[in-house]
Amino acid sequence: MVRPIAGAAQLVERARHFFSALPDTVIATAVWLFFAALVIWAITSEAQLLVIGIIVGSILALGAIGLTLIYGIMKFANFAHGDTMMLGAYVAFFILTGQVARTAREDAELPWSIGSLPGALDHIGKLTFGYGLIISTVVAAVVIALLLVALNRLVYRPLRQRGSSIVVFAVASLGLAMATRALMLIIWGPDPRVYVSGIHMADKYNLGFTTITLKADQIFMFAVAIVLTTLVYLLLFRTKLGKAMRAVTDNPDLARVSGIDTERVFTWTWVIGGALVAVAGVLLALQAQLNPNLGFVLLLPLFASTILGGIGSPQGALAGAMIVGISQEVSVGIDLSIGGTDILPLAPAYKFSVAVVIMIFMLLLRPQGLFGTKA
Amino acid sequence: MTVLEAREVVSGYGEVEILHGVSVRVEEGEIVTIIGPNGAGKSTLLKTVFGLLPCKRGKVLFGGEDVTGQSPQVMVRKGMCYVPQSDNVFPSLTVQENLEMGAFIRRDDYRPKIEEVLALFPDVLERRHTRAGKLSGGQRQMLALARALMLDPRILLLDEPSASLAPNMVDLVFTKILDINRSGVAIVMVEQNARESLKLSHRGYVLAMGQNRLEGSGESLLNNEEMGKAYLGG
Amino acid sequence: MKADRLLTPLSFLAITAAVIIMPAERSGWNFDSVISFLTAFATTVAIFAVITLGLNVQWGYTGVFNFGIAGFFMVGAYTAAIFTKPPAESEFVRYIGGFGDSLAFLPFLDSGQWLPFVFGTAAAALMSGALAFALSIPTLRLRADYLAITTIGIAELLRAVVLEERGLVNSARGLIGIPRPFHDFFEPDDYKFVYFGIAVLVLIVVFVAAERGIRSPWGRVLRALREDELTTAASGKNVFAFKMQGFILGAMIMGIGGSIYAYERGSISPDTFTPFFATFIFWAMLMVGGSGNNKGAILGAYIVWGIWTISLQLQGYDMPEFLRSRIFFVRDMIIGSLIVIVLLLRPAGLLPEERKVSLFIGRDTGSRPREPTTEPEPTGEPPPGGR
Repeated sequence: MVRPIAGAAQLVERARHFFSALPDTVIATAVWLFFAALVIWAITSEAQLLVIGIIVGSILALGAIGLTLIYGIMKFANFAHGDTMMLGAYVAFFILTGQVARTAREDAELPWSIGSLPGALDHIGKLTFGYGLIISTVVAAVVIALLLVALNRLVYRPLRQRGSSIVVFAVASLGLAMATRALMLIIWGPDPRVYVSGIHMADKYNLGFTTITLKADQIFMFAVAIVLTTLVYLLLFRTKLGKAMRAVTDNPDLARVSGIDTERVFTWTWVIGGALVAVAGVLLALQAQLNPNLGFVLLLPLFASTILGGIGSPQGALAGAMIVGISQEVSVGIDLSIGGTDILPLAPAYKFSVAVVIMIFMLLLRPQGLFGTKA
Repeated sequence: MTVLEAREVVSGYGEVEILHGVSVRVEEGEIVTIIGPNGAGKSTLLKTVFGLLPCKRGKVLFGGEDVTGQSPQVMVRKGMCYVPQSDNVFPSLTVQENLEMGAFIRRDDYRPKIEEVLALFPDVLERRHTRAGKLSGGQRQMLALARALMLDPRILLLDEPSASLAPNMVDLVFTKILDINRSGVAIVMVEQNARESLKLSHRGYVLAMGQNRLEGSGESLLNNEEMGKAYLGG
Repeated sequence: MKADRLLTPLSFLAITAAVIIMPAERSGWNFDSVISFLTAFATTVAIFAVITLGLNVQWGYTGVFNFGIAGFFMVGAYTAAIFTKPPAESEFVRYIGGFGDSLAFLPFLDSGQWLPFVFGTAAAALMSGALAFALSIPTLRLRADYLAITTIGIAELLRAVVLEERGLVNSARGLIGIPRPFHDFFEPDDYKFVYFGIAVLVLIVVFVAAERGIRSPWGRVLRALREDELTTAASGKNVFAFKMQGFILGAMIMGIGGSIYAYERGSISPDTFTPFFATFIFWAMLMVGGSGNNKGAILGAYIVWGIWTISLQLQGYDMPEFLRSRIFFVRDMIIGSLIVIVLLLRPAGLLPEERKVSLFIGRDTGSRPREPTTEPEPTGEPPPGGR
């Protein structure tokens, strides 16, 4: 019974060897070309899909930048990342509104919150939120950063000192993910919430050959994604701490041998990662909603973006996230028939499965991702 | 003055004991080579001295000070730098950045030091903005040595510096080691390439099965007959 | 340490006591109701123990890091359902299969009561095994963490398929009216004991098979492989083939577990097979009980499901409303934190692996003696791809 199985496995293995023997650039180029084709196709047939894809990509990018840093430096897949993002969003919500769930129908509210400040809830220009949310996000970033540093001290460092394998870290982070989700359900209840209620109008922009609709919030998200990616890039490549982080990503033992305090680097990683996660969470909640279940759902596209871009690379996270975001939206929006059968659009339920497929392809063909170097 | 001394060091990995009481001494400005068959504990000794492995019994003295069991971060600050046998550069960092990492804990301006160190390794100097992962094996070894020099160490611990290098690179590496030593840095190295390394060493130790076997000047060990058969090989 | 050794019997006793006393108290010490409750509890423990045993074969013995248990569990449950249910009749309930009636083809022994279920369970095992086979070709060589992410992805993809393809297994509405083996032979009140017997029987069969398997020459290669892949490969064994076999075997066991779950519940839907309920909970069971130990798998299932049930029971007590409405979330939080606590304090679980070091105990706690022919580098960091 084993022999045909082993034979099939050998064939696949030979195919894999063939593909990995191809110069890495060929595969990377193929990915970029595919992506370019996708973008062009989207622009010509339904530009709005591309726009939504870029928005989704921006949000994924914000989460992926934090994830790629943590994955690269701490060397484990942080399954709690999505739920921590959502926790950040909820903490910002609490600071802004002071609300927690009392019973299934009623909320309890603090007598004072940031939202009580004069003008805190007034929109800034065309955005749906005011400076109140911005302050709340900053505070949430601090809270989450502290929380992650505490978790590092209580959970991850003892595991590290014991020489635990990545499996242990992954399972621990999964447990923390479940606990975090449960915590959000306990404090704020299962019903979705929003920062600002009401319907918000989108603006129409005429591009000549087509019109797209875009909300000011969404432009803001895109801008934040670009800015944060740039900031993280500058951190990693222009600052001493950042270079140390890259060194630790490359070779933690050698970093220690050179005198670098790796535990300090880890602590800073959690601080920066925590801040990124909180901001990502708030923007996610702004685009979608505050929902305890959303965090884990996002985990797969986040991992796909990170792996596609190359673990440890912020520009890779951005690129990967854009590719995943656009691919997801295009695949459920565009019509494509080959030989009379409808291949696209996929049903919306399969949206995140697109991310899974992309991820599996990358893992098989080019596991170091677009911007990673071969180990 | 004795720069480094390991006294009756017992250590190993987990429950397994590899060194059963080894003593080694390095004087100021010396090059000391430690040779012996595989599994003798040579690398283990270096790692224990540097604090990468816990020292179960025995002492490590650095410049007369008891530093037994201190962590590598402490050792590095005291002036002891270590070059591992493999994975001894940061592949995705450039040559320049690798050296910056070597100088990480320096409080002063390290830039002159970078120029000074790079001057010793012209081959690496001309590739200073290349990623270390793209360097050849020999260049990488040079970079590894350079990185360890960034902190003006009193002594360098080298783990098999000539490992997996082509013969002409081996010569170059040993020449560089001599240059470094001439600038006042003591060197203790573990080597498989016994003949070449003993030629440039002031003194040498032979370890086998976790214990001292022979000790003497580089020359006397080279000429030693018992050694010639058992340990010098080719 | 004394306290340490008492932990296992203590936790077992604590759970047992709670699980007996709580329903007893709530029902006013009604013997029948307590027995009824305990039987249902024990049946579920047995079913989940089967799945946890499957996970132990995959992870504890073969070292495959599967985070997609939900996929195999779900495939097993749904396959068993469509093999035993009658064909789909209305336009509101659509699903493929429905072989239940046609499989009752033996003219004697009232085969409708047992034969379709035998086929159902066998098919469940085969389908889960086939899924494992299909998955292993592209994914089994991946590094552990990549494999974990991929398997979660595949499990979610399968769930998306079930939800989306309305004609497949009735999508979100799920399948109801899944028949039960031997149901017509017994009074409804007595049936639960019968099913308990069936579940325990399946558990025993799977347990014995797993124990035999691991002590067989095949099992020894698996264990050697987990300890040291390089050496095992060097001795000529096809590492990949062995890993695949372990993975498939574990998956088949999970499929069997899925089938007896489906018969017992009578109805299943995609909501049941979420990453938390159908994957994470089994990891919790295995980690608590003891990874690498079949008895540990069963103990873990007992304890974790015990905690789950106790929290359900707590609802019956008087408590402030704000606590009552949150009791399930508190339970989830406890189970999530439990895994972290177990990993920190007792990584080997309650029943440590026999004669072997668990993968979860670190290297420098003086685990296994290793004759160094080369001198390995000590690391304090988790190495990529290391175990």
